[in-house]
Amino acid sequence: MKAIYISSNNILSPLGFNTAENISQISREKSGIKLQNIIGKTPSYAALIDNDYLNQVFKAEAICDIYDFNKLEKMMLLSLIDTISKASFSITDRTLLIIATTKGNIDILNSKINHISKNRAYLPELGKQIKKFFGFKNEPIILSNACVSGVLAIAVAKRLIQNEFYDNAFIVGGDLISEFTISGFQSLQAISDRPCKPFSKYRNGITLGESAASLAITSTNNSEKTIQIIGDGSSNDANHISGPSRNGEGLYRSIQSALKESKTSPESLDYISAHGTGTSYNDEMEAIAFNRAKLENVPVNGLKGYFGHTLGASGIIETIVGLHSMNNNTLYTSLGTDELGVSVPLNVIRNTQKKNIKTILKTASGFGGCNTAIVFKKIKF
Amino acid sequence: MDELKKELKRNIISQLNLEDIDVSDINDHDALFGDGLGLDSIDALELIVMLEKDYGIKLSDPSEGKNIFTSIELLSRYISKNRTK
Amino acid sequence: MKDLSIIAYCSIKDNTIKLNNTTRVAKDPKLSFLEFAKKAYKEQVLDYPKFFKMDNLSKLAFLASDVLCNSDIIKNEHKEHMAIVLSNRSSSLDTDRKYQATIIDPKNYYPSPALFVYTLPNITIGEISIRHKIKGENAFFVLNKFNAEILTQYAISLIENKKSNLVLCGWVDYDEKKYNAFMYIVARNGIYKHSKEFINKIFNSN
Repeated sequence: MKAIYISSNNILSPLGFNTAENISQISREKSGIKLQNIIGKTPSYAALIDNDYLNQVFKAEAICDIYDFNKLEKMMLLSLIDTISKASFSITDRTLLIIATTKGNIDILNSKINHISKNRAYLPELGKQIKKFFGFKNEPIILSNACVSGVLAIAVAKRLIQNEFYDNAFIVGGDLISEFTISGFQSLQAISDRPCKPFSKYRNGITLGESAASLAITSTNNSEKTIQIIGDGSSNDANHISGPSRNGEGLYRSIQSALKESKTSPESLDYISAHGTGTSYNDEMEAIAFNRAKLENVPVNGLKGYFGHTLGASGIIETIVGLHSMNNNTLYTSLGTDELGVSVPLNVIRNTQKKNIKTILKTASGFGGCNTAIVFKKIKF
Repeated sequence: MDELKKELKRNIISQLNLEDIDVSDINDHDALFGDGLGLDSIDALELIVMLEKDYGIKLSDPSEGKNIFTSIELLSRYISKNRTK
Repeated sequence: MKDLSIIAYCSIKDNTIKLNNTTRVAKDPKLSFLEFAKKAYKEQVLDYPKFFKMDNLSKLAFLASDVLCNSDIIKNEHKEHMAIVLSNRSSSLDTDRKYQATIIDPKNYYPSPALFVYTLPNITIGEISIRHKIKGENAFFVLNKFNAEILTQYAISLIENKKSNLVLCGWVDYDEKKYNAFMYIVARNGIYKHSKEFINKIFNSN
């Protein structure tokens, strides 16, 4: 099977509109989460992208009318402009476009938005906008698979390229913070009253975040140093549609599948980027799955303390931070984690520190009982 | 109180999509969760919404729900005492 | 790479359920989907009260998968590792609109958790997985229209990459009272050819 590599990438978040800015802020333990007045009377914590700043940058870089595109579209387009410009390949008819999003332009359902057609609530219409803007030749695949969408998109691209259906791919992920999403998670009692605290004793829910991120994936490598995607796996818990399995069965199987394919033993992993949403159930389930997979000693963090839970973008953003962890040989603090509150051991990263990082694991879990895991390896030629 | 219990049974059947269950099938003292009616965690959250929407009761701590939603008998007593609608 | 096969296929359209092009359930086309689904459930399913909590999209996916996921077609021990790859155009928009209705009026603001949990199309895969205890790979693709090419490419990729030996593929769409479900199981050996031409033929003829 062909080797598959990551080429360029971009994170567009409240911490900055390019990856370097985001990594710089993370290394200083800065968070994009702030107290906001989004809906209703009570202010709550969230990581929002400033609309005025977004429009300003979009007007300058996309050289487009800000009213032609919805907020999410502008975020995704800007992210892809950066990634595509730095990619080691250009778009051909052998290039795949994957868009990872849970709700797309869901804010359009609210009749107050008038300048964008209601038709754009259909995800394929969002896909058409992005395809047309960059001149992609193939129909985009929109992956709407709850919170694993971002990580799964990487696996889907790798699998299709390895089987020679495409030569390379661009992946973009993103989701908005909308009344729809906030009210929904609130109705599930899932939103924390403070910035989220992954794996902590007093964690009580998620903090929502708004971001876009993108990656270029290719089977051709021209660099001396690169990151290879060496294994992937996904598995359904087959237990409950909104709560994870108590013994982490689906996540455990996903990890085993990815480790087996990549021929990686648990001991040779240098770092795990966990899903770590900050809910009571998710973090406990993840900790159990990691222990079952004999990963309790591998340094692990949750990154949602920096970005919030960015839904469709989360898997891609957190993967990109993982890649930079490898490039910089740096483990970043698990922001928001304080006193550990899971029933099994975990080696949580307490302080940003240097470490030789060669092989990492990224995991994600989501509604519908889905789980996905990917192993990445730093290659030097 | 009997009228409230009947109303509660009707509301629960329609709100929670309990097909093929009649008001007469739900006994006042049957467990609503677990082995009785077999409601789950999402049903519990819907009941919290029902408490506020139909009876004006807002739970300050959602985990209180466990004690309130034990049976129709206990639920109707709680609502009689605390309803604002 | 040896060619793969399709072992069975089914469709639900115009209040009719077909397996390998043979009608299994046919109800009055004037019935609403809900009425049809209830009748189909009473004839074909019977032992799964959670069915009635599902949204339209999940009910549709459930009924279609129930036709294929039985021991006449796949052995129980193989079912556990089957991959499920579904697709549609409307995502969960039908339910999204219903959920939106619970939050649109500030004076009658009661967001429904039972509706919100169905505002993701991959919940269809979750419901099928729970019912049949399937712990395999999942993916939900949202596409402009039914796309046999993408489905065949991904099913082949999953099997070639040894992620699964069986793949349940399909299209399950529910939007503005119109619905269409089409599913088939890909395996290494079977009666029908796994090709986009064959798949398009049975999708369009059913």
